[in-house]
Amino acid sequence: MGNVPTTVKHCLSYEQLIQDYPWLKRWLLEEKEIVPTGVKIQLIDMLSGTGLPVIEATSFVSSKWVPQMADHTDVLRGIQREPHVRYPVLTPNMQGFQDAVAAGATEVAVFGSASETFSKKNINCSIDESMLRFEEVIKAAKERQIPVRGYVSCALGCPLEGHIEPSKVSQVAKRLYEMGCYEISLGDTIGVGTPGSMFKMLQSVMNEVPTNALAVHCHDTYGQALPNILTALQMGVCVVDSAVAGLGGCPYAQGSSGNVSTEDVLYMLHGMGIETGVNLTKVIEAGDFICNALRRDTNSRVARARTL
Amino acid sequence: PSPTSSPLCHPLVRAGQALPEKVKIVEVGPRDGLQNEKTIVPTETKIHLIDMLSASGLSVIEATSFVSPKWVPQMADQVEVMKGIGRKPGVSYPVLTPNLKGFQAAVKAGASEVAIFGAASELFSKKNINCSVEESLQRFDEVMRTAKEAGVPVRGYVSCVLGCPYEGKVAPEKVAHVAKRLYSMGCYEISLGDTIGVGTPGSMSKMLEVVSREVPVNALAVHCHDTYGQALANILVALQMGISVVDSSVAGLGGCPYAHGASGNVATEDVVYMLHGLGIQTGVDLPKLMDAGAFICRTLNRKSNSKVAQATCKL
Repeated sequence: MGNVPTTVKHCLSYEQLIQDYPWLKRWLLEEKEIVPTGVKIQLIDMLSGTGLPVIEATSFVSSKWVPQMADHTDVLRGIQREPHVRYPVLTPNMQGFQDAVAAGATEVAVFGSASETFSKKNINCSIDESMLRFEEVIKAAKERQIPVRGYVSCALGCPLEGHIEPSKVSQVAKRLYEMGCYEISLGDTIGVGTPGSMFKMLQSVMNEVPTNALAVHCHDTYGQALPNILTALQMGVCVVDSAVAGLGGCPYAQGSSGNVSTEDVLYMLHGMGIETGVNLTKVIEAGDFICNALRRDTNSRVARARTL
Repeated sequence: PSPTSSPLCHPLVRAGQALPEKVKIVEVGPRDGLQNEKTIVPTETKIHLIDMLSASGLSVIEATSFVSPKWVPQMADQVEVMKGIGRKPGVSYPVLTPNLKGFQAAVKAGASEVAIFGAASELFSKKNINCSVEESLQRFDEVMRTAKEAGVPVRGYVSCVLGCPYEGKVAPEKVAHVAKRLYSMGCYEISLGDTIGVGTPGSMSKMLEVVSREVPVNALAVHCHDTYGQALANILVALQMGISVVDSSVAGLGGCPYAHGASGNVATEDVVYMLHGLGIQTGVDLPKLMDAGAFICRTLNRKSNSKVAQATCKL
């Protein structure tokens, strides 16, 4: 290929993966009623049939803090596991990890922050302290050959601190990667990022973590998710987090949207000739199902346009 | 798709690619926006909206349309609007003129810039204005000649550039053909419209590659609809390819006329947020723009389509 830049090589030789994270934990925090276990299981089963390779099923956080995830064991046991699909679960600490393994989890995720203040407010400890907790989990996971994914929140801004230095994001991402996370998902938690800040942040992180171990988790609170994802793709990132029907509001801005919709991301990727292996129509169906069950409108513009 | 036309592989289109330093925003809310809203807005409200937009730093505000009120009753007060607005120095207030009669009425009412439009789809042209694309362009010959004599600049619009509600796919070559015609006829700028919002960075980059061979890129603008949520991504790719004029509508006014209930115009607030985040100058004061958006939404008794406006958390 000669002088062809890396980005071009990537798009010609790597299959773009899209990973779907229903973010059951997050969106249920905004829903007034607790969704029945049967509905959660049905949603995951529908998503399993769409071609999505990764579906984040539930969270092993203490049900004292997140009552909506109290049925985590029932959910994990109740879903039909498609052979080529992975079902990671969130595990904030050793207790959660052990419960997850007992319930049959085969992949887990840990959650760090690029903002000290956010870390203290959200999980009651500093970033360093949280890393020590995760180290335990990652060690135990390694012994069981359970892959661990790492999340970095507030990658493009913090609701409490405001601006977040890209170097802080790379520090945390590097730490998680070196501890053994196979992939780091960089989250624009409050959706304030733009292609400008996304570019700067990724440039910094890509100095510390290989691009093929990076993912972006964009929120659409300011409508910037798709151009931010496009920027990440242009820089060689090929893993994208999204939520069917754009479920999960922004917990810091009442009434604002949060997660980017899987349907809208797929529409863009397919329009660009990027393979995802996912059937958009089936994802729209899964989105319709859960929106009916929650008695709410979809956040996906594609879903809205297609049903008209 | 050929490797060179994907926005991931296009040699010019890479993140970090030098973007324009300045982008001119063409605000179409008062015309394109209000024309497609269900509620007909009183003249004073339109005037107040335009005055608020003028105060926000926008340099081009499409004020009204001189189409016959028989077809577009929402624009029946075209003359009063033109006469009632405060004309801020340095700001242009173009109006739509579908034919010579409309042009003459526009000039009489004080218009100093006009716009004409053609479609990149034959079926759309026939269904919309009852004639072929070529016939529609010939009708504008008169307008162009008269405008030239009067020293009135003319902007050209091309609709259905990334897809047509009747024909489906639209060939980039057809878009280039119509854009070139309008440009050679004397339009100083050609706004390429994704009328039903079906475009993606893939089809946008392919189309612009072909069109920019026929019309200089500094005479091109993009008019993206957000019906499928793709507008900002499409605009980003256009900027990466050298486009520096973007059409948008305050509060995302104006639904998609072909998909009832679907969103239409991209919201100016969301575009400005992205451009400022990229370090691109627009001259627009975002809080003042948001005030204008809040005003018109209150009056229309509807929620803003702008996500920036909807977000209440502030950094």
